[in-house]
Amino acid sequence: MLQKLSKILKLAPLVPPVMFTALIVFIWVYMHHRGMALFDTHGIMATKERNLFIFGLLLSIIVVVPVFALLFSFAWRYREQNTKAYYSPELAGNRRAETVWWLIPGVLILILSVVTWNSSHSLDPFRPLASSNAPLKVQVISLDWRWLFIYPDQHVASINSLYIPTDTPIELSLTSDAPMNSFWVPQLSGQIYTMPGMSTQLHIMADKIGSYRGESANISGKGFSDMVFTTHAVSEADFNGWVQHAQQDGAKLTHATYTQLAKPNTDRGVYTYGFVDPSLYTWVIDKYMMPQTNTTEQQL
Amino acid sequence: MSEPTAIAQTNTNTEKTLFGFWVYIMTDCVLFASLFATFAVLRTSTFGGPTGVQIFHLPYILVETIALLTSSFTCGLALLSARQNDKRTSLLWFGITFALGALFLGMELSEFHKLALDGNGWQRSGFLSSYFTLVGTHGLHITIGLLWMGVLMVQAVRKDLSDGLLKRLTLFSMFWHFLDVVWIFIFTVVYLMGAL
Amino acid sequence: MNHFAGFLGRLSWQYLPHGAIMWGGALSFVFGGLAVVALVTYLKRWKWLWKEWLTSLDAKKIGVMYLIISLIMLLRGLGDAALMRAQQATSVGDSHGILDPAHFQQIFSAHGSIMIFFVGMGFMFALINLVVPLQIGSRDVAFPFLNSISFWLFAAGMVLINLSLVFGEFSAAGWLAYPPLSEAAFSPGVGVDYWIWALQIAGIGSLLSGINFFVTIMKMRTKGMNLMKMPMFSWSVLGAMSLVIVAFPILTVTLTLLALDRAFGMHFFTAGGGGNAMMYVNLIWAWGHPEVYIVILPAFSIFSEVVATFSRKRLFGYTSMVWAIWAIVFLSFTVWLHHFFTMGAGADVNAFFGIMTMIIAVPTGVKMFNWIFTMYRGRIRFTTPMLWFMGFVVMFTIGGVAGVLLAVPPIDFQMHNSLFLVAHFHTMIVTGVLFGYFAGATYWLPKIFGFKLNERLGKYAFWCWLVGFVLAFVPLYILGLMGATRRMDHYDASLGWQPLFIVAGVGVLFVLAGVGFQLLQVVYSIWKRKENTAGGDPWDARTLEWATPSPVPFYNYAVLPEITDRDDFWLHKHDKPAKPHYEDIELPKNTGMGVIVAGFAFLFGFGFVWHLWWLVLLGAAGAVVTLIIRSTDEETEYVLTAEEVRKLDAKQERYA
Repeated sequence: MLQKLSKILKLAPLVPPVMFTALIVFIWVYMHHRGMALFDTHGIMATKERNLFIFGLLLSIIVVVPVFALLFSFAWRYREQNTKAYYSPELAGNRRAETVWWLIPGVLILILSVVTWNSSHSLDPFRPLASSNAPLKVQVISLDWRWLFIYPDQHVASINSLYIPTDTPIELSLTSDAPMNSFWVPQLSGQIYTMPGMSTQLHIMADKIGSYRGESANISGKGFSDMVFTTHAVSEADFNGWVQHAQQDGAKLTHATYTQLAKPNTDRGVYTYGFVDPSLYTWVIDKYMMPQTNTTEQQL
Repeated sequence: MSEPTAIAQTNTNTEKTLFGFWVYIMTDCVLFASLFATFAVLRTSTFGGPTGVQIFHLPYILVETIALLTSSFTCGLALLSARQNDKRTSLLWFGITFALGALFLGMELSEFHKLALDGNGWQRSGFLSSYFTLVGTHGLHITIGLLWMGVLMVQAVRKDLSDGLLKRLTLFSMFWHFLDVVWIFIFTVVYLMGAL
Repeated sequence: MNHFAGFLGRLSWQYLPHGAIMWGGALSFVFGGLAVVALVTYLKRWKWLWKEWLTSLDAKKIGVMYLIISLIMLLRGLGDAALMRAQQATSVGDSHGILDPAHFQQIFSAHGSIMIFFVGMGFMFALINLVVPLQIGSRDVAFPFLNSISFWLFAAGMVLINLSLVFGEFSAAGWLAYPPLSEAAFSPGVGVDYWIWALQIAGIGSLLSGINFFVTIMKMRTKGMNLMKMPMFSWSVLGAMSLVIVAFPILTVTLTLLALDRAFGMHFFTAGGGGNAMMYVNLIWAWGHPEVYIVILPAFSIFSEVVATFSRKRLFGYTSMVWAIWAIVFLSFTVWLHHFFTMGAGADVNAFFGIMTMIIAVPTGVKMFNWIFTMYRGRIRFTTPMLWFMGFVVMFTIGGVAGVLLAVPPIDFQMHNSLFLVAHFHTMIVTGVLFGYFAGATYWLPKIFGFKLNERLGKYAFWCWLVGFVLAFVPLYILGLMGATRRMDHYDASLGWQPLFIVAGVGVLFVLAGVGFQLLQVVYSIWKRKENTAGGDPWDARTLEWATPSPVPFYNYAVLPEITDRDDFWLHKHDKPAKPHYEDIELPKNTGMGVIVAGFAFLFGFGFVWHLWWLVLLGAAGAVVTLIIRSTDEETEYVLTAEEVRKLDAKQERYA
């Protein structure tokens, strides 16, 4: 029994290289099939964010490669069995060397800092996007545990489904009638938090027709994983068609029906509304800012 | 052989303890700083309830402030007497310090009580929650200070003013003065800036 | 009837465990506890346990107790991790895995809270207690009684968080419990309250230790050891304790404010009522970011000690390393907003914090190079601690790159709260903090216990941990880039993510094997201890703590050493030892007061959780009264006469 065990243990040194190789092979094959949402971008914000990522990664490799090279070459060369290597036990500093590795990373960080400053401004979620097309306004309310999208100019609304025309800047105003959430459609753009009593903004623009997965990126209770929605980027014509279709839909979104809608619910179904009370979004925010006379204060 | 070592030991012990207490006071500073920061953010979050102007009565606060500041002065006198080994005078001044501190605390509790009765308790708004908590935390420190003072006074009555007791009286007075400084900030940031 | 109901607060039978997994977790703790009680009773060691260990004010014993608790909590945290991986590997499409969402959310909240507060802080304070007084040539810490209180408060927090497993529920709001989710309106049960009070009580213990060790290092270094001659580990502890002193009071306040909201209807962070949830996020991260530097700095310096010793060479760039520590300490207070770039603070603010975050990479990089150049022209022995170091350099660099990328706000907009973020911070904490502490434990436990840990088993453990970590977290980096957010209890089959989650699950199995090897290593090493005695200097090391016998006598040094150089022990270890001049030593007496104070603190916390206000008052009053009684005790120390010291010392091996 012990003999068998020690035979098996003799193979132990093979385990790490085998497992690492297996992992690399697996990931290679897997990525070939699946692709990554953050790299398969269909929105201009996401594309720019991806490019930043690639730039930063390449810059970092300038430091990573020497670190690994030095680590492994020193580990090999100066292992105690190698009696041929120099041994300098008192070598405890070198001004030039230390200056190099304070300075070079410093310079790289400086470069990245400039890039950071610029990109934080140009990719600020609050910044409107330049485009020849007129922007489309959408108001977003995260609920427990669904997403409500209101089109204030078209007076329609939908649950768990966001229709937008391609190549059009979308001005999202977001709030929450639930705990903090985060609106995220990875293939189109970065995310922004939604918070009760506050309105955040996000500007996105899709450049290809398609359907893109959206989710909440901040835990908001037990139905949080079900807060998945789909963003449909369609042609202008198809978008107008969808709006018309929604306007013909009988359902009305008034304060009363909204209050029903906002009750905790993990229904992932898609619903549309043909009429939306225009004050709804503002009302949802205001009820957290001032005591409500009609609505129950037990919201708080 | 062991005597000089013992004295040296005590001196370093006192030095260590005083230093350690200063470090503790720094942590208490950070504690109050966090409460001040919270107050600063929430001072306008009145949620339809009263603002500072509407509920603070500066003359009342002034009396409280004078009581507390005077108690700091009398505390200093008390410690001086203790250092000179004058137990009776020291206890007298500590007694006055205690009375002034108790007066401060009583007035503060009374103010809180009135606010609560008027419906302006800590549940009314974010502003009131942060007001009660900031001022209340200071009040809690004062309460602990009064308790500590009481225990030390009892110890002083029953025994001599030993080195150990003097050390503890010094620590206490550091604490009491610190609370005074915090109150000056509260007085300024909460009451003066809130009511003017 | 009303009075009676008030007396029982929120206690209710509904809070007993439901379902197999909950009962499994609860019973394992109950039976584990009972097993320990039974064993101690069988061996008739209660008196010994109380007198020798529980009431001890000896930092070395307190350190060992911290170590035991943090290892138990590591097992619990890894159990949580295994359940999480199992859930995410199976909960696809029609299947909903093995846990319902609420339970899954409690498990990851517990996992994070336990790993940071009870494993990270616990393991850190274990090593600090065991090593720092020895390293600076002191007999004990500045305030030994305070040290005992700190440990017992930590233990009380641990009991509270484990009690939530047996009776009640835990928070389902994540390890930081953001409001409004953590407010009473959205989390009405006792879960968040258990979270608050377990952390609050343990946190106060940590704060007191911060003060204690800061004063210890500043005031109790032995003669001749000015700061620039002090070993690196003690330097990093000084830095970490400075961070504790400034950061932990913020945690105390924040947890209190949330507790006040929940229990007394205040409106600090509520949705509505004038509450501001963003304030919580700022406060909690103003503590939270320094916290991660608190745990990593000592780990960095453990590597400094380890690399120097096992390369048989002086540490490269000592002064630079010290400056790097303080740069990191200072900078760690200027970066907290990078945890919530997506909350909408605006471009200027985001950019500022992003840039400050990147700047921290510079001193960290400096340390990396200094370690590597310590190896340069050394004579390297690849013992287990050295392996932990190698694994650390490789993985931490990768995780650090991910961190620099996350520091760019627009990149973070795509990565925040994704599994890429989860992989990043686990890389930093596991391969940084945990690998560092494992290296430290292997390195220093022979000093404390007198025997070495089995090398072979240690190496198996290392490789299992490394392979396991890579398998568990590389898929998560990829999943993050695929748009997977964190904390999902379920996802659609069409996404095709399951294979990656399965690989991650395999990784956890390797990690568990690694821990298995570590447990085996401990048991085996204890069994074979007589054959593996470590002398005072088993590694041929450099710093002062090795100038004592192993195990270290309770008084640390018979004669307090005088040093003249950095790495003084290394320079003088082969000198002829001077004739020692013994003096009387004052040592603290054992006391159970620390246990009692913490017991009252536990009652306070338990009372608050269950709204038993009479118990809260009892706990507070009890703690205060105990402290008052202690303060009246004039006889808290005893004297070991010079003659007694001489006799004890004669029994030990002599070192320079």
